[in-house]
Amino acid sequence: MADTIKIKIDGKEIITAKGKTILEAATDNGVYIPTLCHFPGVPPKGSCRICTVKVNNRFMTSCSTPVADGMTIDNNHDEIKDYRKSIVELLFISGNHFCPACEKSGNCELQALAYRLGMLVPRFPYSFPNKEVDASSPKIIKEQNRCILCKRCIKTIKDKEGKRYFAFNRRGNHLEVVLDKQMGQAISDKLAQQAMENCPVGSIIYKGKGFSEPIGSRKFDKKPIGSSIEE
Amino acid sequence: MSKKITIEPVTRVEGHGKVTIKLDDLGRVTESRLHIVEFRGFERFIQGRPYWEAPVLVQRLCGICPVSHHLAAAKALDVIVGAGTGEGLTVTGEKIRRLMHYGQFFQSHVLHFFHLSSPDFLFGIDAAPELRNIIAVAQENRELAYQGIMMRKYGQEVIAATAGKKIHGTGAIPGGVNKNLSLDERDSLLKGPDPMSADKMVEWSLGALDFFKHYHKNNREMVDNYASFPSNHLSLVRKDGALDIYHGVLRAVDNEGRRILNDVDYQDYNHYIEEEVRNWTYMKFPYLKEYGREKGWYRVGPLARLNVCDFIPTPLAQKEFEEFKAYTKGKPNGMSLHYHWARLIEVLHAAEVMRDLLNDPDLQGNDLVVKGKRQEEGVGVIEAPRGTLFHHYKVGDNDLITMANLIVSTTNNNEPMNRAVNATAKAFMNGQQEITEPMMNAVEVAIRAYDPCLSCATHALGQMPLEVTLVNEQDEVIDKKIKG
Repeated sequence: MADTIKIKIDGKEIITAKGKTILEAATDNGVYIPTLCHFPGVPPKGSCRICTVKVNNRFMTSCSTPVADGMTIDNNHDEIKDYRKSIVELLFISGNHFCPACEKSGNCELQALAYRLGMLVPRFPYSFPNKEVDASSPKIIKEQNRCILCKRCIKTIKDKEGKRYFAFNRRGNHLEVVLDKQMGQAISDKLAQQAMENCPVGSIIYKGKGFSEPIGSRKFDKKPIGSSIEE
Repeated sequence: MSKKITIEPVTRVEGHGKVTIKLDDLGRVTESRLHIVEFRGFERFIQGRPYWEAPVLVQRLCGICPVSHHLAAAKALDVIVGAGTGEGLTVTGEKIRRLMHYGQFFQSHVLHFFHLSSPDFLFGIDAAPELRNIIAVAQENRELAYQGIMMRKYGQEVIAATAGKKIHGTGAIPGGVNKNLSLDERDSLLKGPDPMSADKMVEWSLGALDFFKHYHKNNREMVDNYASFPSNHLSLVRKDGALDIYHGVLRAVDNEGRRILNDVDYQDYNHYIEEEVRNWTYMKFPYLKEYGREKGWYRVGPLARLNVCDFIPTPLAQKEFEEFKAYTKGKPNGMSLHYHWARLIEVLHAAEVMRDLLNDPDLQGNDLVVKGKRQEEGVGVIEAPRGTLFHHYKVGDNDLITMANLIVSTTNNNEPMNRAVNATAKAFMNGQQEITEPMMNAVEVAIRAYDPCLSCATHALGQMPLEVTLVNEQDEVIDKKIKG
């Protein structure tokens, strides 16, 4: 029993294993904590902050914080919910997210989170940045208008030698995730589709998929994001 | 004293427009114009987008008949993905698209007749403005309003079942469709709970036609002479000359019924059609190149379609078509208010087609998409409820759109609508020094017959409302009335 500890999430007592993160412990026990930059199997960075919870009254990212015995975690407080919503709003206003014509609509985690968190309109002014569309690869379109810089593609899409197809480029306000031009020419269908799947938004588009998935059968058409964890 | 009258906004039409009418010293109409005061720009901002976004993005031009734009764009992209023009799709792909289109055709025509135009027929053109709306129709004739609302709902349900949702769905994709019609969906549309069944829609469509024919019978002189003038007529027709709103060849006839555009392939539309720009409106003026600006303009929409086609391929609508044709002794009909008559015959046709399609097992097929050799350019043409709709795209090697040209139904009707305004203004305002509200509505009734969608036509910003301005010959504004 030395390897198990007790924590509380929203008043619910949970017994979990040492070494797990708060996010893992919550997920194992049917508690949904929203995530965006986090990707299963990849070491967490805690960069998007959407998984922030209050641990013993302090804000912490649940994807990167290990559980400790006796932790009291607040995941459902109004303050937390508004904090998360504001992050989603900031992501919306910092890009050009035009859901009505985006083929990721219905499968987009950012859109699904906005619905789940009850976002109607951002409280911040839109920035309408001037972004580009890189369609030079025969398999992928990198749509910079929709990129939220989560790094999931950088971390997960690699060739057999472990070389990454995507990388950060430029700095500060101009930071962007780009597809390596040379590697982009040779990327396989399978990997290109995987890149689209791993992207939480519509920034990586596999050419030729289009709107082939009908409304009603997309990931978040019937149930809100997180439902599968809560079931 | 000479005057300029402005009617702004034009009401009970889709979009925003105004009318200006100039009168000379004796109060005679010297000039009239229908101005479209919105600007949209879809043709520009679709450039640089992946081509498969076009059917989903461009349909946002409109909330009334987005399916038309959705399908016209998809048809153009069929060509680009190498699936051919119209006939190249799978049987299920084509029939699902047809069902979607006839569903929207039905709901859009019904919306126009019941919600927008029926108040003019029920209460009269000079009725109090507060009566001229669907709420007053419901109070006066509950059954008529109920049928209108439920018929529109039925059409919307057909769209939802085929496109994924009632407005701005995603059903048509380059080379086909993304879903078939499930048996549950089919059954609920075919024999849903009363009154939502295919047979009831046919029955009610006949009733709506009777309503109009009864009105026509009692107001024959007014209906026949209201903004009546000869014109050319253009529409798609099936290769055998049948009315077909989804696919066919382009045909135009003159006011005597002589073919002046003989069943040509719409991929070559720009060999035959030119657009003129005038500096007082955002809406262009298309015309048939061969006949020039003065003689080449034409009507589109329900009246034009029935003037152009040889027959309607469903029995009840064909019977009505024969009566319609007999009224003008087989010659093209140039009476603007007969648009309503033609529109209601098309409503009946759409109801029959939907019923027949729903009984067709091809709709449950699973072969949905066709692709072939990629092309750089494609044109999609469809008969939208308001008339012939052209979408033309060019796509680069990187799959991004480099050029888009849209000639929207209402744009095709620009010249005839202006002529209708002129004819009505002369009939109602010549010699008048004071502009009354019923006179303004009379002008709107003429415009309304064409069921214009002004927001689509200009690719829009602004508010919906009709402005009539009275100016003298020195262009000084004497009187101005605004509605909205």
